[in-house]
Amino acid sequence: MNPIYLARRRRDLLVRALCWAAAIFGIVWLGLILFSLFWNGLAGLRPSVFVEMTPPPGAAEGGLANAIAGSLIMTGLGVAIGAPLGLFAGTWLAEYGRHDRLATVIRFINDILLSAPSIIIGLFVYGFIVVPMGGFSGLAGALALAVIVIPVVVRTTENMLLLVPNSLREAAAALGMPASLVIRRVAYRAARAGIVTGVLLATARVAGETAPLLFTALSNQFWSLDVTSTMANLPVTINNFVQSPYAFWKQLAWTGALLITLAVLGLNVVARLIGERKGK
Amino acid sequence: MTFIAPAADSAPAAAFAADGSTKIAVRSLDFFYGESKALKNINIDLAERTVTAFIGPSGCGKSTLLRVLNRMYDLYPGQRAEGEVLLDGKNILGPKQDLNLLRARVGMVFQKPTPFPMSIYDNIAFGIRLYENLPKSEMDGRVEAALKGAALWNEVKDKLDASGLSLSGGQQQRLCIARTVAIKPEVILFDEPCSALDPISTAKVEELIDELKERYTIAIVTHNMQQAGRVSDYTAFMYLGELVEFGETTRLFTAPRQQRTQDYITGRFG
Amino acid sequence: MAMIAEAQAVEQAPDRAGALGVFRRSDASFYWLTRLAALTVLALLGGIIVSLVIGAWPALTTFGLDFLTTQRWAPQLDTPVMGALGPIYGTLVTSFVAMLIAVPVGVGIAIFLTELCPIPLRKPFALAIELLAGIPSIIYGMWGFFVLGPFLVETVQPAMIAAFGGLPIVGAIFAGPASQLSLFNAALILAIMILPFITAISRDVFATVPPVLKEAAYGVGCTTWEVVRNVVIPYTRVGVVGGVMLALGRALGETMAVTFIIGNSFKITGSIFSPGTTISAAIASEFAESSGLHQSGLILLGLLLFVLTFAVLAAARLMLRRLELKQGR
Repeated sequence: MNPIYLARRRRDLLVRALCWAAAIFGIVWLGLILFSLFWNGLAGLRPSVFVEMTPPPGAAEGGLANAIAGSLIMTGLGVAIGAPLGLFAGTWLAEYGRHDRLATVIRFINDILLSAPSIIIGLFVYGFIVVPMGGFSGLAGALALAVIVIPVVVRTTENMLLLVPNSLREAAAALGMPASLVIRRVAYRAARAGIVTGVLLATARVAGETAPLLFTALSNQFWSLDVTSTMANLPVTINNFVQSPYAFWKQLAWTGALLITLAVLGLNVVARLIGERKGK
Repeated sequence: MTFIAPAADSAPAAAFAADGSTKIAVRSLDFFYGESKALKNINIDLAERTVTAFIGPSGCGKSTLLRVLNRMYDLYPGQRAEGEVLLDGKNILGPKQDLNLLRARVGMVFQKPTPFPMSIYDNIAFGIRLYENLPKSEMDGRVEAALKGAALWNEVKDKLDASGLSLSGGQQQRLCIARTVAIKPEVILFDEPCSALDPISTAKVEELIDELKERYTIAIVTHNMQQAGRVSDYTAFMYLGELVEFGETTRLFTAPRQQRTQDYITGRFG
Repeated sequence: MAMIAEAQAVEQAPDRAGALGVFRRSDASFYWLTRLAALTVLALLGGIIVSLVIGAWPALTTFGLDFLTTQRWAPQLDTPVMGALGPIYGTLVTSFVAMLIAVPVGVGIAIFLTELCPIPLRKPFALAIELLAGIPSIIYGMWGFFVLGPFLVETVQPAMIAAFGGLPIVGAIFAGPASQLSLFNAALILAIMILPFITAISRDVFATVPPVLKEAAYGVGCTTWEVVRNVVIPYTRVGVVGGVMLALGRALGETMAVTFIIGNSFKITGSIFSPGTTISAAIASEFAESSGLHQSGLILLGLLLFVLTFAVLAAARLMLRRLELKQGR
């Protein structure tokens, strides 16, 4: 065979092999993580996890009920605050700001906020909410999560609205429909699946966020639904239990981590299913 | 009867001899996309309850002219019109003109069918609800009348709750016509309404336009000269942003007065 | 014609005046509602900068530029000494090592996914990668602490120390002893965490290559590698670099994946097997119990991190935008 071709083929085979190796390397690590997460997490998954409070030091009994409740409350509240804001901001960018210099700036800033370190968000909320309010609170935690939700929802809302064909807007306007109704009744409806997907992905993103809660919501050993005081939550509880000397706490940390992962993966899958159905 | 100013080449464009009164009068209209001038000194009258067809090669400005008549261009920055467009004698290009009201009076049907992502019933009721508060029974009647007016009722009467997007292309286009008719406009603009349709659907839509002209003033942009010949009473030939010739359809197609018109309709360019 | 007869004859158009006023008001209020929401995004950035600068001010005026060059971190002293050199060093080293591992592997997986993977496996594989990119970082952190750390200390670290520790110059980097809490472990867990992220972005970027371009190259007899090398990568270079920068921004600011495993030591030893700290890890482990100047110093660290990531992310976004423009979006 042609020697030049042989050399080319050798190089090709080498690179192919390296890519396969990379894929296997990556999948092995990630598989290992999931394996130990399920192995260790399932071992501690009992009904008591969902009904009993986080245990005091040294105790061998307890669950994560207060942390689960706190996480649900703060995540829910954070999304409830952040999603509408993000939705409206994304609407402005896509519908009113297309030819506006200001929109270009906002879009750029939003993209930066989208990937800003979450611990910085925590510092920001600490300075603006925790210090003036005189203490850590579940509300501050929820607001920190809201700040993370906003850019995600802004981005997806804008992208989804930009996918709505202009002909649909023109058709609505041609009926004598005012601009705000064109957006709310026609464009939103056409982009609905995509926007819902975006909100679900944002929820998944904040459900496991730890860093911004470390010094906003802090944690709480007891059952509390009061958002004006410290609030237990899964990520910070895991954070505290991982570094503890007690085997039972470590066990609970694994179980809590499994719960978060399942919730995040579940939200991702649901979001993708909604997005896929829309694509057909 | 209105005198039409000659087109830019100073040859008489057409003598307008409508039997009805003028519904829309365009006077010295210039149109700009940013810096570039897309329409040059257009003067034309659309008579009430007639069909006027606009023909010409791509980019000649015929769609642009149509989009001036309901000020659709206002949705986009950098586009502006100068001159006058009189609807029942009132200039609609003025800053005081309410665009929503104008568009309710001057309806538009687009090149591609654009059903809203909602049920067939709501596609029609939606537009009506914008300006009228009707009890359910009366609304049902209006929706039915609009669908009948668009010759769609028999095909969809059993599935009014189905999505408008579930219809075929031709049905979707008739749904859009029904939607436009439902809000009782005075003028309907058709922007190449059949270019995305198969021949059978095209025939249905053309039939429909013929019926609609008994009640509405109609302007239609088309690429298809046979179509212009079939559906219109008057035809305007446009070229490079100018109105070259305007007159009764039969006359324009049989005895064009301008060389360029003749070249175009005999297929020498375009 | 019967249909027209059935439909009511042309009647008086409805009186529309009443609706118009309502429209005008709702149009105006909706516009301002959305515009205010959009301005909130700017306000957030402004708020972040203001709160960081205010919080960092006492430390900034006390330490000045010395903060950047001091290695000692002793906030508990009567006259506290705080320097950011340790955390900055740790942040840069862990991110650098993590990128060194994750970029080739991540891009390799992306090439695998777009060009080599058997077609029925592509979708599930890509989905798995995207799902893994969504797993919260604390999961990676605790796995690194409980599983990876002990494993590395037993096997990889001793092997590397034995192999490289004796060499001149580079030997210092790989100097022993092996340690569960070390920069190396933190960097490895960071690499594993950003791996799916890099793969997901690179794959999106590779997907922007028009199929005709690739087909044309395959059509003249190019091998897979030649297509990637001569078509895919040149076409998407800006986008890949942008994606890598985005991942770098993530690695620089990542907190939970490294905090457990890095050791929280402000001392710089030069060996990657010794404990260290990163900016975010230092903030995470000390902030809740800090006060006064100590807290201000931590916020100043935060400000540094913000400036650093802002620059990296801004560059990344500008690059990705260039690719989007090229695509004509």
